[in-house]
Amino acid sequence: MTATATSARSDLSELGRSETALRTFLHGLPGVDQVGAEQRAAQLGTRSIKTTAKAQAIDLAIRMVDLTTLEGADTPGKVRALAAKALRPDPADPSCPHVGAVCVYPAMVPHVAEVLRGSGVHLASVATAFPSGQAPLEIKLADTRAAVEAGADEIDMVINRGAFLAGRYSEVHDEIVATKDACGDAHLKVILETGELATYDNVRRASWLAMLAGGDFIKTSTGKVPVAATLPVTLVMLEAVRDFRAATGRQVGVKPAGGIKTTKDAIKYLVMVNETVGADWLDPDWFRFGASSLLNDLLMQRTKLTTGVYPGPDYFTLD
Amino acid sequence: MSERVAVRKTYKLFIGGKFPRSESGRSYLVQDTNVSLASRKDARDAVVAARAAVPGWAGATAYNRGQILYRVAEMLEGRREQFVALGVPADEVDAAIDRWVWYAGWSDKLPQVYGGANPVAGPYFNLSAPEPTGVVAVVAPQSPALLGLVSVVAPAIVTGNTVVAAASPSAPLAAVTLAEVLATSDLPGGVVNILTGRITETVPTLANHLDVNAIDLTGVTDADLATDLEVGAAQNLKRVLRPAPADHDWFADPGITRMTALLETKTVWHPKGT
Repeated sequence: MTATATSARSDLSELGRSETALRTFLHGLPGVDQVGAEQRAAQLGTRSIKTTAKAQAIDLAIRMVDLTTLEGADTPGKVRALAAKALRPDPADPSCPHVGAVCVYPAMVPHVAEVLRGSGVHLASVATAFPSGQAPLEIKLADTRAAVEAGADEIDMVINRGAFLAGRYSEVHDEIVATKDACGDAHLKVILETGELATYDNVRRASWLAMLAGGDFIKTSTGKVPVAATLPVTLVMLEAVRDFRAATGRQVGVKPAGGIKTTKDAIKYLVMVNETVGADWLDPDWFRFGASSLLNDLLMQRTKLTTGVYPGPDYFTLD
Repeated sequence: MSERVAVRKTYKLFIGGKFPRSESGRSYLVQDTNVSLASRKDARDAVVAARAAVPGWAGATAYNRGQILYRVAEMLEGRREQFVALGVPADEVDAAIDRWVWYAGWSDKLPQVYGGANPVAGPYFNLSAPEPTGVVAVVAPQSPALLGLVSVVAPAIVTGNTVVAAASPSAPLAAVTLAEVLATSDLPGGVVNILTGRITETVPTLANHLDVNAIDLTGVTDADLATDLEVGAAQNLKRVLRPAPADHDWFADPGITRMTALLETKTVWHPKGT
C-alpha cells in the first residue's frame, strides 16, 4: 500500500516532464458521466437548510466571498470603497464576519492594499493577461510579479485555453509552473474558464493539469464569458481535488466564480462541498466564491435571520 | 361521439406575470374549488417581482399606462360572462369595467391636477410633480370581490406604483380570473401580483417587509390586526391607508384620494435669470 502510494506520488510529479506522459495521463482519466453529474448536482441542490444551520452557512459563505470588481471603469475610489466593505460588510452589525478576500485588477492592488493591511482579509489580483490569457509568456509573468510586488497575496491566473484546446498540454503546464514560480509566496489560483472548455471531460483534465503544475486553487471562470460557474462543473472539480489529495496528499482549494448571486445558490454549493469532499474544504482557505452581488444577498438573508424583518436591496451599498 | 373529459381548472397565484402554485404546495377549498394558499415566501417572492417591475412601469409614459389600463377594461369586457358565471353580479362586473376606464383616463391628468407651478418669491421656476411611491401592498376588501379589488389596485398602478395584492380569502376566484385578464392586457409582469389565501399569513410579512413602500389596509376587518400591521409598517415609514368602514359604498364615485395617497411630490427649483 505504502509502496504503491509513494510510487504514484513520484509518478505524478514526473508527468510534467514529457508531453506524451502528460497526455497519456490526462486522457487516461475516467470520463465524466454527464447525465449523472448533472443529476447529482441537481439532487444536492434540493437540500433544505434552515434556521441555525442557515445562519452558520451564511456566515461561512460571507467568510468565503472573494469580493470582486473587474471592470474597465474601476477607479481607486471605487476599489477602496469595496475594500472597506470587505472589512465590515454590514456596518450595522459588528458580529458580521469579514469576507475572504478582495479581488481586483493588478493596477488597483496598491489602493486596496492600503485599506486591507493587517486586517486578515486577503488581497487577490487577477494576472496573466486576464481574461483571455492571450499574451506572450514574459508579459504574463511580468504581470504576475507586478501584482505580487504591489501587495497581492493571491494571484488568479487564467490558463492558456488556446493551447489547452489544441492539445498542447505541456505548454499549459509549463506556463502554470512558471507563474507559480513568479508568485513567490503568494497563493496561485488557476482559472480554467470552464465555459470555454466545452465538456466535463475537459474540465476534469484541466483541473488535474492545474493541480499537477502546482496550483493552490482551481477556479471555474473569469466571469467574462456567458457561461460561468455551474453546480455540475464545480462537482467535477471537487471530485478532482478529492482524488488528487487521495493520490498525492496535497489539498487544493476550489473557487466557483461568476453567476452565483443568491444565498440559495451559495448554500447549494456548500452542501455540495460537504457531500463531495467533506468538511475539510468547508473553510475559506479551501473554498471561495468569486462574486460581487452575492454578498448583498447574503447580508439581506443574514439581517432577516437576526432581526426577523426582510430588508430590501436599498439597505445595502451597491458595490 | 364520446363524452368529453372535463377540463378542470387550477386556480393559482399571480406573481411576476406568471401563474405559479404556492411555493408551499398548499391549497384550500373555497367556492367549491381548490385555490392556492399563499405562504410568507410567496409574499416575499411577490415583493421581489413587484420591485423589479418598478423602473419599467414608473418610467413608462403616463399616456402608455393609461392605454394599458384601458386595455384591461377591454379584456374584462370580453370576459364579462365568465365573471357572471363565477357568481359576480352583472352590475358589479360592469362597474369594475367602468372603474378601469375611469382610472385609465386619470393617468395623464392627475399630474396636472395634483402638480404644477408654485409661486415663489424669487427668480425661480418652481414646479411640483407627483411621482409613484414604489411597491404598494394592498389588502383587497372581502366584498365585493371583483369591484373591491379593482378599486384598490387600479388607483395604485395608474400613477406608476406596482402592487402586491392579497385577494379576498372567501371569494378568490374573481381575483384569479382578473389576473388572467391582467396577464393578457400588455401589463408588464410584476406590476400587479395577486396572492390568494389567509390575510393573517401573507399580510404581516408585507407590512414588515422593508422593501415595501406603502400598505393599503382597506380589506382588513380585524381592528387588532390592523394595529399590528400599522406598527409593522412604521418600521420603514410606509405610507398607510387605514381600513375602509364596513358600510363603504364601492359603487360610488371613488374620487382621487386613493391615487394621491400613494404619491410622493417632487419639487424642482430652476433659476429663470434676472
